[in-house]
Amino acid sequence: MSQSDDPYENLTITTGAVVEPNTSRVNKTGSWRQFKPVIDVDACIACGQCDTYCPDQAAKPVEGEDYYGFDLDYCKGCGICEEVCPTDAIEMVREVK
Amino acid sequence: MAKAEQNPSDEQEVMKGTSAVAKGVMAADPDVVSAYPITPQTGVVEKLSELVADGQLDSEFIKVDSEFNAASTCIGASAAGARAFSATSSQGLKLMSEPLFTAAGMRLPIVMAVANRSLSAPLSIWADHTDAFAERDGGMLQFHAEDVQEAIDHVLMGFRVAEQVNLPVLSNFDGFILTHVQEPADIPSEEEVSEFLPPRDPEFTLDPSDPKTMGAFARPEHWTETRYAIQEAMMESKDVWAQTVQEFKEVFGRDYTEYNGMLDTYHGDADYLLVALGSICGTIRGVIDEYRAEGVDVGLVRPRVHRPFPTEELREALGDAEAVGVLTKEMSPGYESALAGEIKGTLYHAENQPPIKSFVIGMAGRDVNAPEIGTMIEETMEASAPMTFEEQESWPQLREEILNGGDQ
Ligand code: SF4
Ligand code: SF4
Repeated sequence: MSQSDDPYENLTITTGAVVEPNTSRVNKTGSWRQFKPVIDVDACIACGQCDTYCPDQAAKPVEGEDYYGFDLDYCKGCGICEEVCPTDAIEMVREVK
Repeated sequence: MAKAEQNPSDEQEVMKGTSAVAKGVMAADPDVVSAYPITPQTGVVEKLSELVADGQLDSEFIKVDSEFNAASTCIGASAAGARAFSATSSQGLKLMSEPLFTAAGMRLPIVMAVANRSLSAPLSIWADHTDAFAERDGGMLQFHAEDVQEAIDHVLMGFRVAEQVNLPVLSNFDGFILTHVQEPADIPSEEEVSEFLPPRDPEFTLDPSDPKTMGAFARPEHWTETRYAIQEAMMESKDVWAQTVQEFKEVFGRDYTEYNGMLDTYHGDADYLLVALGSICGTIRGVIDEYRAEGVDVGLVRPRVHRPFPTEELREALGDAEAVGVLTKEMSPGYESALAGEIKGTLYHAENQPPIKSFVIGMAGRDVNAPEIGTMIEETMEASAPMTFEEQESWPQLREEILNGGDQ
């Protein structure tokens, strides 16, 4: 299977929904969040605990920096990262439009 | 054994039902066996682990922390192209329920042996069909064995049908009555089985060199079609099953071809017909013999396959009866026995509609004895339409004296 912009383009139904890889690129899961993580970059020691525990792999090192950030297209706002952060660098704040 | 004649040249072994089923599984040569112990199934996977440890079976034996993960492991293995097997019972099957619906949706031909057992509460480890019926709507093929030989053979035929129509199979056999009985059975050799069951050849597999997503999120514009495809595959599986029992007979000499393998009958042209699933049918046959000796024209129709439902076959088998009695070890509270309801539904558009009585019996291992079956035959003979809903269903074994806290 080659990769296209829409992994569902060549969806095969006959033997189950077999689709091209990377469906997560189009199925973003961060739209129903009530709280979002906000990071205090000075407190972050880049230990990666948030990345390890995040159920959606939404916590990631920020490129070229020594702290972590969150991909809000996928963050569900569960607050696990806040719980596990050893330096209290993460605060969950109410999501507002 | 009334229904399928043994091949006289077969060497028979006497062994426990669970061990016999495990040896049947071994002959099917699964790549992966995933297991969690639960009574009364445990002996199946225990024996398989022994066979793997002794080097007699070259399978990946994966011990997991729950039935949920036994089913999930089979899903992963099957998606990667493996032939995968597991076994369970009762609460374990309930814990597997979520991944099993996934397996059906992903069209993975996993075969599971289910040692049927009641569901809590109250806790009971004994046989009835509540567990199998609770999984009725998932998209798994379901077979019910009457004896150990059939339980072995259903696993083998199960793989064959499953891998052609890409659906999982629940191969049911009654807890304790069949799992812990010692019966002579023909254990098929791997050579015989290789003639009957070719290696699995899946259309899609998880493969790092050809990445894809299986069982992904589907949008509303796709989901109905996946369910429709399961329905189509189920309906197609009837033809596949008919061909499978035919070839099974050619290779192994055991004949399950009656009604294309869907039904097994005993005096199936009788005026009064009983319908039942599984091991109780042995006792029913004996009682039928007694009644027939006294001139009562009574017979038995035993569905071997419950999903796909043998609609046409049941119409043909039951259509000319004066009355039908469904003896069933399950019921759907708030309505009635699911099997009786399904049979009534099947006959609704048939030319003849015999009156149908259902009897909820044998729940959680309660013995059903010959005089009780006799009474049910007599009540069936008295049945005539129209009937009120209350008249259609009875609980002949109910002990009213222990209801309502005993204060009556
Ligand atoms: S809130 Fe939850 S989902 Fe969002 S980044 Fe933190 S751990 Fe991940
Ligand atoms: S757990 Fe806290 S300190 Fe560690 S990387 Fe994440 S935000 Fe930074």
